[in-house]
Amino acid sequence: MISVSIVGGSGYGGGELLRLLLGHSQVEVKQVTSRSHLGEYVYQVHPNLRKRTQLKFTDPAHLEPVDVLFLALPHGQAQKKIDEYAAQAPQIIDLSADFRLRDAALYEKWYGVSHAAPAWLGKFIYGLPELHRSEIREGRYISGVGCNATASNLALLPLVQAGLIDLSAPVISEIKVGSSESGAEGNAGSLHAERANVIRTFSAFGHRHTAEVIQETGIQDVSLTMTAVDLVRGALATVHAKVKPGTANKDLWKAYRAAANENPFIRVVKEQRGIYRVPEPKIVAGSNYADIGFELDESNGHVVSICAIDNLMKGAAGTAVQCLNLMKGWDEMTGLDFPGLHPA
Amino acid sequence: MNTVSCPECEAEITLDASTEVGEIIVCSDCGVDLEVTGLDPAEVNLAPMEQEDWGE
Repeated sequence: MISVSIVGGSGYGGGELLRLLLGHSQVEVKQVTSRSHLGEYVYQVHPNLRKRTQLKFTDPAHLEPVDVLFLALPHGQAQKKIDEYAAQAPQIIDLSADFRLRDAALYEKWYGVSHAAPAWLGKFIYGLPELHRSEIREGRYISGVGCNATASNLALLPLVQAGLIDLSAPVISEIKVGSSESGAEGNAGSLHAERANVIRTFSAFGHRHTAEVIQETGIQDVSLTMTAVDLVRGALATVHAKVKPGTANKDLWKAYRAAANENPFIRVVKEQRGIYRVPEPKIVAGSNYADIGFELDESNGHVVSICAIDNLMKGAAGTAVQCLNLMKGWDEMTGLDFPGLHPA
Repeated sequence: MNTVSCPECEAEITLDASTEVGEIIVCSDCGVDLEVTGLDPAEVNLAPMEQEDWGE
């Protein structure tokens, strides 16, 4: 049994992380901090945790040493105090965007501000086990993953690993996202009257998560187009690319099957009957699974690769716990075995 | 043991001893319907399946 604490536990990502850690057989949650909800029971902010814990939000200034520290702060905050946090725990998993990019210049390009702790960027490992499993096992500092980047990266994973993409053509990732992606702090666009029933493209290109896709896939000519849809949880990446001449359906099956065999949370969904023939976010809601599927037009090499995830799970907290399991040498699926609901 | 390769996804499929020619089996990987067209050697062909179209 190890001790963990969460710094910044009042947001959706922090709440989802706490839900997972409270149910984890190898973990004791020591503290959950929040300045804005100081002294409140955590279940008063995360109502699904009533009767699961009597923890109260504590002051981040009174953080105590633990084995592993999770940071679930708004983007830009963890980097300002990373030295303080590192003094409290030998291992850190940061869910924010602060340590995802390896290059400080790239961080400034995509986030519009200079990084406050550039020397730390090289110490962090990008926390997507499907791409960095062996490094995470040996790691001390693990970054979070962007939910939209994760949906895109996992849709591309089989194609990239098998070397099937024709890189002379652009890669387009069209992503539909639920409202929980925008966090627990509201804005005018998240009012029910404005957010309900939408299919709203809010970022045609240039979304920050694009940097993670470029960094992790090595594909330079890739664009992410973000569309808000009427979901609470879920992200669906529909990736369009060209495959190399001569690539057949059977080659893609081989690549996708290999990805699923190598990664316990990846499932291939490409059904010929029934209702759920392609990946759908509602089927993975609450679970750490990433469902991937594809269709190939063999006549012109156009491939459509699809990935469905729960943005708060595989796109954030679930992947963070998966990293914890790897760092500690536990079964990768410990505490993450919930398969989702049907119907949902 | 009679095994065949799925013509759609190349998954290896093991036929039951009781399998008969003309029988429709389902590929456990890609889910296509396959018609058993031979047993010695074992052969399967893609069988027609209902397509989904919500655009009409």
